[in-house]
Amino acid sequence: MRFEHKDLLTLDALSSEEITMILDTAEGMKEISNRPIKKVPTLRGKTVVLFFQEPSTRTKISFDIAGKRLSADTISISSGSSSIVKGETLIDTARNLEAMNPDIVVIRHSSSGAATLIAGRIKASVINAGDGLHAHPTQALLDLMTVREKKGRIEGLKIAIIGDIAHSRVARSDITGFTKMGASVTVAAPLTMIPKGIEKLGCRVAPDADSCIEGADVVMMLRIQKERQEQILFPTEREYSNLFGLTEKRLKSARRDVLVMHPGPMNRGVEISNDVADGSHSVILDQVTNGVALRMAVFYLVAGGVKHAA
Amino acid sequence: MRLRLKGARVVDPGSIDDYKDIIIFDGMIEAVIDPSSPYPPVMLDSSDPSSVTKGLKSEENDTNYSEAGKIGVDNFPVEEGDTNYSEKGKVEASPTVSGEGYTNCSKEADITEIDLAGMVVVPGLIDMHVHLREPGQEYKETIETGLKAAARGGFTAVCPMPNTNPVNDNAQITAFMVNRAKSLGGTRLYPVGAITRGLKGENLAEYGDMKQAGIVAITDDGRPVENARVMRRAMEYARGLGIPVISHAEDLSLAGDGSMNEGIVATRLGIKGIPNAAESTVVMRDIALAELTGARLHIAHVSCEESVDAIRQGKKRGVNVTAETAPHYFTITDEAVAEYDTNAKMNPPLRTEQDRLAVIEGLSDGTLDIIATDHAPHSLLEKDVEFDRAAFGIVGLETALGLSLQLVNNGSLTFDELIEKMSKKPAALLNINNDIVPGNPADLTIIDPDAFWSVNPETFFSKGRNTPFAGYHLRGEVYMTMVQGTIAYHRTDGGQ
Repeated sequence: MRFEHKDLLTLDALSSEEITMILDTAEGMKEISNRPIKKVPTLRGKTVVLFFQEPSTRTKISFDIAGKRLSADTISISSGSSSIVKGETLIDTARNLEAMNPDIVVIRHSSSGAATLIAGRIKASVINAGDGLHAHPTQALLDLMTVREKKGRIEGLKIAIIGDIAHSRVARSDITGFTKMGASVTVAAPLTMIPKGIEKLGCRVAPDADSCIEGADVVMMLRIQKERQEQILFPTEREYSNLFGLTEKRLKSARRDVLVMHPGPMNRGVEISNDVADGSHSVILDQVTNGVALRMAVFYLVAGGVKHAA
Repeated sequence: MRLRLKGARVVDPGSIDDYKDIIIFDGMIEAVIDPSSPYPPVMLDSSDPSSVTKGLKSEENDTNYSEAGKIGVDNFPVEEGDTNYSEKGKVEASPTVSGEGYTNCSKEADITEIDLAGMVVVPGLIDMHVHLREPGQEYKETIETGLKAAARGGFTAVCPMPNTNPVNDNAQITAFMVNRAKSLGGTRLYPVGAITRGLKGENLAEYGDMKQAGIVAITDDGRPVENARVMRRAMEYARGLGIPVISHAEDLSLAGDGSMNEGIVATRLGIKGIPNAAESTVVMRDIALAELTGARLHIAHVSCEESVDAIRQGKKRGVNVTAETAPHYFTITDEAVAEYDTNAKMNPPLRTEQDRLAVIEGLSDGTLDIIATDHAPHSLLEKDVEFDRAAFGIVGLETALGLSLQLVNNGSLTFDELIEKMSKKPAALLNINNDIVPGNPADLTIIDPDAFWSVNPETFFSKGRNTPFAGYHLRGEVYMTMVQGTIAYHRTDGGQ
């Protein structure tokens, strides 16, 4: 079975079989990172451009490491160094990149749809590393990978997602991905952070944090961005934390073997308490580890590889 | 030289719906006569030509064409519809008249006949909401290209909004626009002046001066007048001058940095939304201010159900309010944004199906008086970019009639109602007399009601190609546009 897509822009375009293929491939890739020599020649001679118009540390490093472990040449452009600041349009930047014949362009951009826009203009494979509020497909895939690894399955699980759903591309991609794989997703947040029609993506909206967490197999907390307070989305961090923060006490209503996840970076003491973040249920660092393997798998598959060939 | 528009059905809502020939002399309508009548009239029983003309308009015609007078464009007699467009409308420079039922009397009168069999002649369409970008953004559109596009769209007059650069907030800019249009000929231009100087929402512009220079209304279109007290004073002042105030109803704090309708599609695409209330709250405020001041208020580009309801209520209470919508609001929804199509990005945004139906309901029950395009040409520089960075607005002049006729084809409006909304109502609001009666300028739009055509932006006369309607197949097309008796546009390609 081959991966038939040129690009990875959103999970909407993928079937559950294709998602399973990516997860299987990523599992195979994971072992490479544990070798003394963490490098295979699979993508030798391939060029991967990491085009990050928006600030990012972990995602960019994760993609960079993933490319290097497969022996691809990875080159970074960030907003500070790119000609975007010199007034060049996104499409012109993309065309210039294209002229240098990269094989894969990884893009992060503050505008929803930016990855889609570029993908339609260049021959290289485009991987969306987060576009505006729209999608972050590799994050959702690594979340799926982590859950499947820990639980042995995804289908039938109850996933709780708590936080600023309206302004989160991670939430959108997770809702799509987990729903597609047969899990049921419930979200909770102050209603200022629940976008109109979110149910149409396949999730339920819980009236409060406790009913969202009750009986959950996975609790995913989203970062509360302090800037949001200025947009009048909630009164204070203190109140947010009281109503929606994940504490040991609140976690008790979840299943005993609940997984606690967070896409990072965390605001300790706001959306998640210290003891939960570092507690026995937390798989937050496993998510980061799996992120590398997952992105290796995505590089490998869009570059034309077949399943399990690593 | 005289022109005789021959063989068409003439529709002037409320007064004519009949097969009539129109005689045009020196740019003016000289007579509207029975197709079988000679012209000049053969004096049989009267030496007064006007009495003959009057006589011809009455009973004897009705007996022949009374049925035609009641039907919509959909029911246009099939035998009159000629699928071979190449022959239709051929301008015959020769005074010789062919065809049955005609008496050759034109030799001495030197009449040029234009054969319009199968066509419908209506009072010139008026688009009271366009952006022609000149002065200031001539790379997007000029008065010249805009007026050509207007003529092609069947419009004999357009009203450019004042958000040019510099802003049309003084008589010099108004005069520049008016003179530029006059020097070009073709479609007429009636500028709309700014409500506030520089569109800043603070100080009133000089409406009196601008009115003398040619403005027909005022608006800060593109921006709302945020301060209610400024809007109140503008209404009071404009009322004294007898000019309507056009409201771009938008609460900027609610619209925020949204770039499409707030709803399911925006949620899926991760695009910040603009709620209906951003429009309807200001519609309600301005209706209240019109009630307070007695001003003539016109609500621009109505896009949503709540605004339609508010206007309906306002009218019921007797407030002097009229309103327009644009073809895109009754034709498509926010689903058209699909995968970030910037040609479906405009302000106010495309709404939901429920809103679309409410707009159609508003048109059909008379709440929405006028169809205007909000023609907003942009270049690829503004449109071939990320969705949230793309400019708001689409072109509309060359698709408006075709899209609007679909409301007639599907029974939402009668043909008369459509012509009311695209010609008579804007004319009345702007104090333009475009009735098809002797003595008025021959500003006429000639429609081929059964022609099928496809929207191809590459062929637009406008510089703007930003339309979500590329590839749309439409029934009913502009055949000819005549301004002051001169042909401003004539379809020459034999249809598409």
